[in-house]
Amino acid sequence: MSDWPGHEQANATAESVVVQQAQNAVFGAQYSVGIDLGTTHCVLSYADLGNIDDEEFSPQVMAIPQLTSPGLVEEKQQLPSFMYQAHEAELAQDSTSLPWTSKPDYLVGEIARNLGSKTSIRLVSSAKSWLCHTGVDCKAPILPTDAPDEVERVSPFQATTAYLQHLRDAWQSQHPNAPLDQQDVVITVPASFDPAARELTVEAARAVGLGQAILLEEPQAALYSWIEKSHGDWRKHAEVGDIILVIDIGGGTTDLSLIAVTEKDGNLELTRVAVGDHILLGGDNMDLALAYTVKAKLEKDGKRLEPWQLQALTHSCRDAKEKLFTHSELDNIPLVVASRGSSLIGGTLRTELTREEVNRVLVEGFLPKVAVSDRPVSRPRTGLRTAGLPYAQDAGITRHLAAFLAKQQGATDELKDINLSDHASFLHPTAVLFNGGVLKADTLAERLMEVLNSWLSVEQAPAARLLAGADLDLAVARGAAYYGYVRKGKGVRIKGGTAASYYVGIESAMPAVPGLVPEIQALCIAPFGMEEGTQQELPDDEFGLVIGEPVRFRFFSSHIRREDKVGIRLDYWTDEELDELDEIEITLPEEGRRPGEVVPVHLCAAVTEVGTLELQAVSQKDQGRWKIEFDVRAGE
Amino acid sequence: MNTYGIDLSLKPTTFDLWHVCLAGTVALLSLLLVVLLLSILISRARCKKKAAIQAAEPVVKIVEKIVEVEKLVHAPTPEPVVLKEATPDAALQLLGLLQKEARFIDFIKEDITVFSDADIGVAARVVHEGCNKAINEHFTLAAVRSEQEGSKITLPDGFDAATVRLTGNIVGTAPFTGTLVHKGWQVTDVRLPKLTSGYNAAIVAPAEVEL
Repeated sequence: MSDWPGHEQANATAESVVVQQAQNAVFGAQYSVGIDLGTTHCVLSYADLGNIDDEEFSPQVMAIPQLTSPGLVEEKQQLPSFMYQAHEAELAQDSTSLPWTSKPDYLVGEIARNLGSKTSIRLVSSAKSWLCHTGVDCKAPILPTDAPDEVERVSPFQATTAYLQHLRDAWQSQHPNAPLDQQDVVITVPASFDPAARELTVEAARAVGLGQAILLEEPQAALYSWIEKSHGDWRKHAEVGDIILVIDIGGGTTDLSLIAVTEKDGNLELTRVAVGDHILLGGDNMDLALAYTVKAKLEKDGKRLEPWQLQALTHSCRDAKEKLFTHSELDNIPLVVASRGSSLIGGTLRTELTREEVNRVLVEGFLPKVAVSDRPVSRPRTGLRTAGLPYAQDAGITRHLAAFLAKQQGATDELKDINLSDHASFLHPTAVLFNGGVLKADTLAERLMEVLNSWLSVEQAPAARLLAGADLDLAVARGAAYYGYVRKGKGVRIKGGTAASYYVGIESAMPAVPGLVPEIQALCIAPFGMEEGTQQELPDDEFGLVIGEPVRFRFFSSHIRREDKVGIRLDYWTDEELDELDEIEITLPEEGRRPGEVVPVHLCAAVTEVGTLELQAVSQKDQGRWKIEFDVRAGE
Repeated sequence: MNTYGIDLSLKPTTFDLWHVCLAGTVALLSLLLVVLLLSILISRARCKKKAAIQAAEPVVKIVEKIVEVEKLVHAPTPEPVVLKEATPDAALQLLGLLQKEARFIDFIKEDITVFSDADIGVAARVVHEGCNKAINEHFTLAAVRSEQEGSKITLPDGFDAATVRLTGNIVGTAPFTGTLVHKGWQVTDVRLPKLTSGYNAAIVAPAEVEL
């Protein structure tokens, strides 16, 4: 704290949150850089830290040079998160150069999406969703999943690294005097990312030399961006007792978070109190739903669609949908799918998308008017599932929202400024912040507010208001850059800590009963809301670990058990309370020990400054420490 | 009697040593004179240069003068007009973009006489939508005149004839008052893709083979 003179603290917008200069803040960094590593797009935003004392913050979005088709390099604000594994005969010599390299290792960005739209077997997409997919080894080459054997596959981790590498190189070519590894870098992750996925993201950053990068949850970044854009006015729009619901509907995922506004020493404080599950449901599902609707209509007329036509139809449905949403006077938009050959006029397929279809499929299908007691329908998964992502089975986003709010009813129990009425059946948000391209459509945004407010009015709660002025596409990157500024002690900081409590499974000591799997207990190793830079030890719970032999633990998380302290053992829990994550593994190395020797250890959980959870086994005898690995995936 | 007058018409009739020495001395003296004069001139010029370093303007004046002299010399023969040659790459690139986004070349090269207006209309949507996208993505367009078409506008003296074209009854002197027939278009920003060395701009659409 000696870095911050007292008088500066006093007049620095009079915030109560005293932010310690974190270890990861780079000394002498010129820029604060925010990277939104999205499922479908990446955005990089940055701001000069030079004039930080003027209370001025003006983030810019970097134009990212990228190949758009073979031989063409264009600058775009977004880098599509796609990778294309081209065949060696596919591209002409010297047609894949970038401003910084004559031959990049991987084709990423617009060109990957374009080439992949015609050759999907070579397209790597949604790598980010794979990162938090339990049961998959994220460092194993598994993508593209439906590629023939001869196509070189990459791991979700490699793909993420490649996107970061492209962003880093693009930055370097535009800022040769300010290397990215010497700037403050913040990378955003979904709030619902589990510890392993966070760890992998940090590791990917480290792999491209960005070891100093720290993590920030996307909904928090969106709120930071809103605060930054309000230029200090946000205090007029938020008041003590507010519960801000952040709804982020992106291209591939939907993410929900709750942030409470409380008061401390006369100043407003923000605390992230809950995050939702990772729902694989977003704008791309909407476009696909429309395309299938139109396809069904065409097939009724006896026209059969080829796969490439469906692809083209999905594209034109997206454009048509946006037009219908922005021009309320239009009732239908003609859709045309041009033939692939050079004859354009004869072979072109014509149909139309009507407002009624858009309303029925998108508004009623994705945002149905449901009661708050409704829950997402989940069909039991069939035993033999093809290796794919666990897409949400119920497209009703409002049902997912209802489930989330009901599940998190007790999220604010410990905050004295938040008063929820006793007969409430779900947590009542008082304000809503939108994020994600989908909610640019007013029709969808209005419907979402309408449904939410109908739930609130049933329980005689005041209607939630919409926090206006958010930039739905770029907010996360801008907010991430702003977070770098907040970490310098400026502005308000959202408190949060871990969004879940974590447990390891321990077999309870009971006599073996034939035919019965031994009961297991869940031992809490990290409580809910553990702050960055803190750690908790469990000295009383010892395990004997055998040197040289891997030992595995079942690993659980809970988004609702807030009161569990470290060391507590649960004998019983409902499916809703605890989610099982991938197993964790520990192997004690043989250094200086006898193989087969049993070493008594206890566990220690720490939340790093970076924002990742770190588990360690600590030896009782000599205080030796070993890291416990998360990424023991693959459904072995 | 001998009189020692100077007879100017007298020419040396003999080529003796005396005369050679005399002529040599004259030549030497005149050479000395020339050298002296030159050295004075050069030292003066140097002085001026030194002064010029302190004040930049005089140099500019001198350069201007030289240019003028050159112009005068060349004045009698008319300067050859150099017309700018348009590079084909950018044009080909634009064709490529329009073909990619809007199937522009396909549409133009197709014989449309055999098709009905309805069929052509369907295809025109593809072309219109795609051209719109390609143009908006790579160019920023603005109207030259912001006034309503059909309204009366007045052009002051010295208006830019490259941005506003006069038509019809062009008589008299500026200011000119007339009706705005077309508001005009100007490109305020161009964002054409950069090309890699392996890019063949002449291929506006590669042939496509599905395996």
